[in-house]
This record gives sequence, structure tokens and C-alpha cells, in this order.
Amino acid sequence: MSYCVELSAYEIIKKIKAQELKVVDYISYLFERIKRIEREIHAYITLTEDSALKKAQDIDKKIERGERTGRLCGVGIAIKDNICTKGIRTTCASRMLENFIPPYNATVVNLIEDEDGIIIGKTNMDEFAMGSSTEHSYFGPTHNPWDLERVPGGSSGGSAAAVISSMATLALGSDTGGSIRCPASFCSAVGLKPTYGLVSRFGLIAYANSLEQIGPITKDVRDCALLLSCIADHDPLDSTSVNKPKEDYTNYLVDDIKNIKLGIIKELFGEGTQDSVEKGVWDAIKKLEQLGADYQEISLKNLDYSLPSYYIIAMSEASSNLARYDGLRYGYRIPNKSYDWNAVYLKNRRFGFGFEVKRRIILGTFALSAGYYDEYYLKAQKIRTLIRRDFETAFKRFDVLIGPTMPVLPFRIGEKVNDPLEMYMCDIDGVPANLAGIPSISIPCSFSNGLPIGLQIMAPPFREDLLIRIGFSFQKNFPILKKLGGHE
Amino acid sequence: MSKIKSLEIKIGLEVHCQLTNLKTKLFCSCSSDYRGKEPNTLICPICMGMPGTLPVLNEKALEDAIMVALALNSKISERMLFFRKNYFYPDMPKNFQISQYDKAGGVPFALGGYIQINGKKVRIRRIQLEEDPGKLSYDGTIESSNHTLVDYNRAGIALIEIVTEPDMETPKEARLFLEKLRSILEHLNVSDGSLEGSMRCDANISLKGGKRVEVKNISSFKEVERALNFEITRQKNLVLRGMVIGQETRHWDETRRITVSLRMKEEEQDYRYFPEPDLVPIIIPRERIKEIEQKMPELPDERRKRFIEQYNLSPQSAEILTRSKAMADFFEESVKIYGNPKEISNWMIGELSSYLNEKSIEIDELTLTSKQLVDLIKLIDEGVISRKMAKSVLQDMLLTGKMAGDIVKEKGLEKILDKEYIGSIVEKILKENPQAVKDAIFDKKAMNYLMGQLMKKTEGKIDPKMASEVLRKRLSELAKFITP
Repeated sequence: MSYCVELSAYEIIKKIKAQELKVVDYISYLFERIKRIEREIHAYITLTEDSALKKAQDIDKKIERGERTGRLCGVGIAIKDNICTKGIRTTCASRMLENFIPPYNATVVNLIEDEDGIIIGKTNMDEFAMGSSTEHSYFGPTHNPWDLERVPGGSSGGSAAAVISSMATLALGSDTGGSIRCPASFCSAVGLKPTYGLVSRFGLIAYANSLEQIGPITKDVRDCALLLSCIADHDPLDSTSVNKPKEDYTNYLVDDIKNIKLGIIKELFGEGTQDSVEKGVWDAIKKLEQLGADYQEISLKNLDYSLPSYYIIAMSEASSNLARYDGLRYGYRIPNKSYDWNAVYLKNRRFGFGFEVKRRIILGTFALSAGYYDEYYLKAQKIRTLIRRDFETAFKRFDVLIGPTMPVLPFRIGEKVNDPLEMYMCDIDGVPANLAGIPSISIPCSFSNGLPIGLQIMAPPFREDLLIRIGFSFQKNFPILKKLGGHE
Repeated sequence: MSKIKSLEIKIGLEVHCQLTNLKTKLFCSCSSDYRGKEPNTLICPICMGMPGTLPVLNEKALEDAIMVALALNSKISERMLFFRKNYFYPDMPKNFQISQYDKAGGVPFALGGYIQINGKKVRIRRIQLEEDPGKLSYDGTIESSNHTLVDYNRAGIALIEIVTEPDMETPKEARLFLEKLRSILEHLNVSDGSLEGSMRCDANISLKGGKRVEVKNISSFKEVERALNFEITRQKNLVLRGMVIGQETRHWDETRRITVSLRMKEEEQDYRYFPEPDLVPIIIPRERIKEIEQKMPELPDERRKRFIEQYNLSPQSAEILTRSKAMADFFEESVKIYGNPKEISNWMIGELSSYLNEKSIEIDELTLTSKQLVDLIKLIDEGVISRKMAKSVLQDMLLTGKMAGDIVKEKGLEKILDKEYIGSIVEKILKENPQAVKDAIFDKKAMNYLMGQLMKKTEGKIDPKMASEVLRKRLSELAKFITP
């Protein structure tokens, strides 16, 4: 039965509910697999085997007694390490929080536990979610399961790698400027960034508050709909969480996209887009057309400015968010003889933060400084408004908008890490959805030279249903048969 | 004073008032009752700014702020926006303060308005809602201490910041402004100004030709007059010596009673304000403001007018009695028990106020109750003690906390009213002062000496009216036997 770890959550839950599979056995197989391949992939920062097995036993007992179980019914979930877990260290892949154990759960973690999901570990990421390759982790990089020489994407690289190598059945990531969709694309997983405000951010360690959302990274769209249904709920602890009734997104797993209008965003196929990616995405569009959808190209002019706008806003917010890490109340603290708090702060921050984090703090601080604020931060916000309007206008004509998730195929570890601008350029297709606050999904659409390509679909605010319907129809009619191998 | 005036002093204040009547902090559910509590016990992950936590606005704080804005005649903004004020300091768990801002697309909670002091309008520039930082303690002074202790119990307490235009011209006016503001806040039942540190302010002072100097860390309105007087004298001396006053920020050292330079203009901090992304803009519906407006309690100015009409007080008396809520409440309670508002007002404005001024305390810091004051006034009205005697009884009451009746009894202060007894004392005095008797018979004015002797003999307890009657009668009898 150890093959069961390769199944989707939907299939595993079915087996568990039919009492064909014990939760304890399944969780044990997961950890066996982790022990076998984690060394090569390094998807995790922290594993929680003991508590996971204990929880598994509890759920098995519930099932034996015939008690009601939650919708996740014993499924093993990997949580990105910037989402707070009570009693489990939450590091943000930073030396600064290497030993930080939160005394509280993120709201999404509570919701998952309420539905009997089992947390099996905390996944690797770029430090404080700043990066697109998971190379900027204090704990070392994660490797792409399809090619260990390559990056899994970022910043939720650990979550995507864990799910796709079957070291977790479901995973949570966070997406500030593509951080769920990029690794989903690079690892051939499904990754959804929900509408801003749909999922509570309480307990998500902030990088750029106004842009980010927690979302699912899964093997297929069905699992994505299931996990989203569990985590999307109004939260009074998050003022930006929208107060709307809970939805069951699995209702939208419908194989029918006839007459759906697809807008293909020209700007997302711009300079720097690899031919293989362009071809892969267009093939997928043609497949959607075969299923009855109509498509047309559209230009969103202001997207040309989305990358600078995104980086200014994200870095500005980050410079303020990360000010709290001074080592005084928690976090990294160098033994220091000085009683001068300023000197102590300086030292703790100098050694507690990695290079990329410091770069973004400095740039963000600069962008907010007197005399530059109007030129940078305010201008970036104006562009953001224009981009939002571009989308609003486009959604009057189209149901969804489409482009590649990433302009490039997964690159080699070390290839871009010393060239921040080239690395930032990789985010060019991901950031518009964050700036506009709209939902966006990445669905595996094909492979080129053995490397995955992701199709990005964006919908109007709170129209996750459309993304799930289109994604489900695509996967149902054009399944990708390529299986991961080489690590068994 | 006249010399100072000629320098055209302009004073503006930036007052921080805690909304002390809130049960919880501004953005979390921690108790706001932090005074006297063990350090760092009223904290939670949210007010400690721990990773991943988010602020949620206290709805009651917004209601309090609306009341304050209405009472100060300010215009409440339609949208409430919070901004982050970024700077590193150990009293702030997040190293930024959630505040509001009037530039960079920000809107303060309310704009404009005024407070009337002695018929003069002091204009309000803006009103903001923000969080209080924690509290730092030093071993000795900020300069000599080699370590700093931090107590975060205060971190996150709701503060209202009120910024005035530079409309005040004397330290006295600044004090009156703060007194009036405090009275308003207390009448609104949003803040108790008697709590330590509940009302703090920074003052901006400029003399004609000089730049604006900001004095920070003024902890109460008693201190404001002192700090301003010092600062004005300091600046005046610079001007007289032909020196230029540059823009700077100074710190009021309460113990040494001087201002110390913190930083010059060039070193002014850049707070890198930007909109707080974790708090969505709040629309304040006009209906909500109207609703609150309708249940606004009586304010000091209305109360003053009512005192004049209802109790027939002079405008001056009414003004003094409504300067603080405690004073006005004390007055009305006393009147409720006994009536006689004139008499009560006289005692409160006279004896009681001078005692409070002398001790530099507030009326609610006294053990004296309105009932006790009424009892004292009753003793006068019933003729048990003289008015003069009552004044010394009041002093005793204030010092010892005893009841008026007990003091009178203990010290045997009852007025001498027995006509026969008064007669015998008069006889005694006449015998002891034969020359004075002669003088008094021919010169009515010389009778005062004998009256004085009577008072002295009885330690003032003799009823002056009866005594002078008896004395006059005896003198006219004696006049028959004496020839000039």
C-alpha cells in the first residue's frame, strides 16, 4: 500500500473513509518516503513526525467509532514555514527566526486542524518569502524533483517540491508576487493564489501585507478546490479578510467550459519569454478551444510597469514589516556586552538577516524616505490603480485572462542568484495578479526537455469558481501522463 | 511679563490623551488597566507585534474619538486611514507606531475645530487616533543609566492626539487650554485626566524672529506652565544677547526643571510614513456621527451657562467651577444636599481653591466630601461658629480629614452666645482697661480696641454682634458717671 502516498488527497480520503487505509499507515508511508528522498530534495525545514502520528491515531479511532470526521480526514499537509504553527518552530527560512516557536496558530492552520488535516512539517522557502528560487534560504536550497540540479521556483519552493515528490499530499504556500504559482509551475503542481481578502492572513509572517495571500499547492485541481474550501473563511482577526459566506469550491469541479471567453494577455508573452514556454502555453490555449472556449488576444498596456511597481510596494512594506526583528523580544540575538540598544539592534540584524532580505529592506527604506516617497511609493501605488483598472476593463470582455505562469523554464541552482535583476525579471508574469488583488491559478500544461511549464489563468475578484472549472476541465480532458521518476 | 509679551510669543500644543475609559487596547483585547500592574503582564502576541499577528481596531475607541471631535467642533473625515510611523525605539514592539498622517495621501481622523478659553478661541489643527508605546525605565536618569528596562503593558493603549494652531501667547493660556481640554474629556467620560501619564504634551514655542522650538515630554498640565516659562526665559536671554534661535527639539527634564536639547533640525527623523496595509480604510457613516451627537453628554461650556442660569452664579464663578469636572460635580453635589449655591460657590472658589493651588492638587485628591463642606456651612448658618472660625476649621478638616462638628467640639470653638456670660466678660475687660474705657466714651472709634480685647480674651469665639451691643450699652451707662 505504500504507493498510496502518490495518490491525490481526494483518492486518499476516499480510501480512508472506506476504511481501506488506516491514517496511521498512510502517514507512516509518507514519513518513510520523506526519509528516503528528502536528502536529495530538501523540501522541509522542520518535520513533525511524532505529533503527526499521534493525530493519525486519533483520527483512526474516530473512524473506528464511527464519529464524524473533517473534510481533510487525515491527509498529510506541508505548511510553508512563514505560516505560524503553535508549538512548532516557524523560521521563515531565516537565521533571525531559527528558534522561534509561535504561541499561536495561523487561522488557516486552525481551519486545517478543524477539518482533521495532519501537519507533517514546515517547508523550505526563500528567506521571508523574498525570492523566486528557494535558494535564499538560511537552511540551504530546495532541489526541483524533476531535475535536482534545478531550482523548484519560489518562494514556496519547499511546498511545491514536497507535494510533487509525494512527501506531502497537500501543501500551503503564500503568494506575494507569484510565490505559489512560480514553484507550482516549475514543479508541475497546481497552485492557486486566492483573491486578496479571501483567506485570512492572520499568522502569515508578513513580507508585503497588501499583496499576499495564503493558498493551496496540490497535485491536481480537485485537491486545490478541496483545500481552498477549507481555508477560505472570514476571520475577525484579519481586518482585510472579506466577510462573505463560506463556499464549497468542489461544487465547481465541472467538466464544461463551453463559450467561456479567454483573453490572452499579449504583455505576458513579452521579451524574455522562452520559446518553449510560449509554445507550451499556446498549445494549452488551443486545447481549451477544443473544449469549447473562445479566445482572443488583448493588450493590458500598464502591465509594462507592473514589475517596478510591485518591487517598490513590496520592498517598502517589507522594510517596515521586518523592523520588528531586533532580537530584543524574540529571534536571533548575538551575545553582546553593549547596553546600547542601537548597537545591539544593528548587530542582531546584520547577522540575523540574509543578503537578499537586507537588500530589500534597504531599497524599501529608500523608497519611503522623505523626498523619494512621491517619486517611488506613491507613483507605484498609482500604477497599481491603473493596472487594477486595466483588469477591470478586460474582465468586461473576458471571463478569464491567460498567460504563462513563468517566462522561463526552471533554471539551474546558482544560475541567477548573483544577478538580482534577472531573478526579479522572472516575476514579471506573476505580479500583476497580486497588484490587482485578483485570483490566479497555475496549472501544469506541458513539458519541454523534461521540465514543466505552467499555464496561468486569472479571474475577476472572488471568481475562483471559474479557475477551478477551467482547470478541472483541462486536467480531465488532457491529463499529463508524465510521472516523476528517478528518486525511488 | 511686559517684556516677554513684546517678543510675540506663539505657543502651539500637541496633546496626547489616553482613552482611559476603554476596557481594552486600541488593536487587541488586552486590558488597558495597566497602572500599578506587574510589568509585561498585560501583553499578547498582537500588541507585542509578534510575527504574523495583525491589528484589529477597537470599535469603542472610534466612538470615543468621534465624541472628542464633536466636542472640539472638528470636522470628522469621511474615511479613517491609519499610517505607519517608522522609527526604531525599544518601547515600540514593532519598531513602528500605528498612527495617522495628514500628508502623503493620509487624512487625520478630524480636522479643524477650537476650544474656547476665557473668551478666546484656540484653534485645533487636527485630531488623530494612535497607539501608545511601552514605557522605558532607567536606573537614575536617561544619561547616567547603563541599562534600560522595558514595560510593554502600556504598548497599544489608545491615544488621541490633539494638535493646536500656535494660538496661545502665554504659558498660562497653555495651562488653561489643557485644563479645559481635560474637563471636556472628563465630561465626555472618555479619559480620566487624574491618572498618571494619561495626558501628556509636547509644546512648540516661537518668539518673534526666532525659529520654532519643540519641547517634548511634558507629563501633565501642571508641568506645562513651568516648562514653557523656562523655555521662554531661555529663548529670551538668547535674543537679548543677540543670538539666533534655531529650529530644534528639546526635552523637558522634570526633576531638574530645565529643557535639554535633543536634536537640531538637521537631525530631525524621517518617519517614512505610509498607509498601514493591515487596516482597511474605515468609512465613518454620517448617520453614526449623528447618532453619537444625539447622546453627547453635557460639556463644560454648556454646564457653565447652566450654572449661571440655574444657580444664579456670576460668569466668573461659573467659569472657575466648571474648569474641571470634579470641581463642578463637587459643587452640584453640595448644592443638591443643602441648596445655597452662592455660599457653596464662595467657599469653593475662595478657601478651597486657594488650598488646592497652594498644594498644587486637584479637588478629587482631597478626602473632603461635598457633605463635609455642607456640614461646615451649616454650622455657620446655625450660628454655632463664626465665619472666621469656620475658615480655620476648614483648614483642620483638609489636613486631618475630620468632620467639622468634631473639630468644633474637640477644640471648643462654639460661638459664645450666652448674654449673661458675655456681660461678665465685658465687665472684666472694662475693669482691666480703665483708660480705654474713658477714651471709648468720648470717641466711638476707640471702642474697637475694647472689641479687640474681647475677641482676644475669648479666642474669637464671642459673637461679635452681641458683644458690641452689650459693650455699647455698658459704655453709655458709664458715660453718666464720667465727665470729660
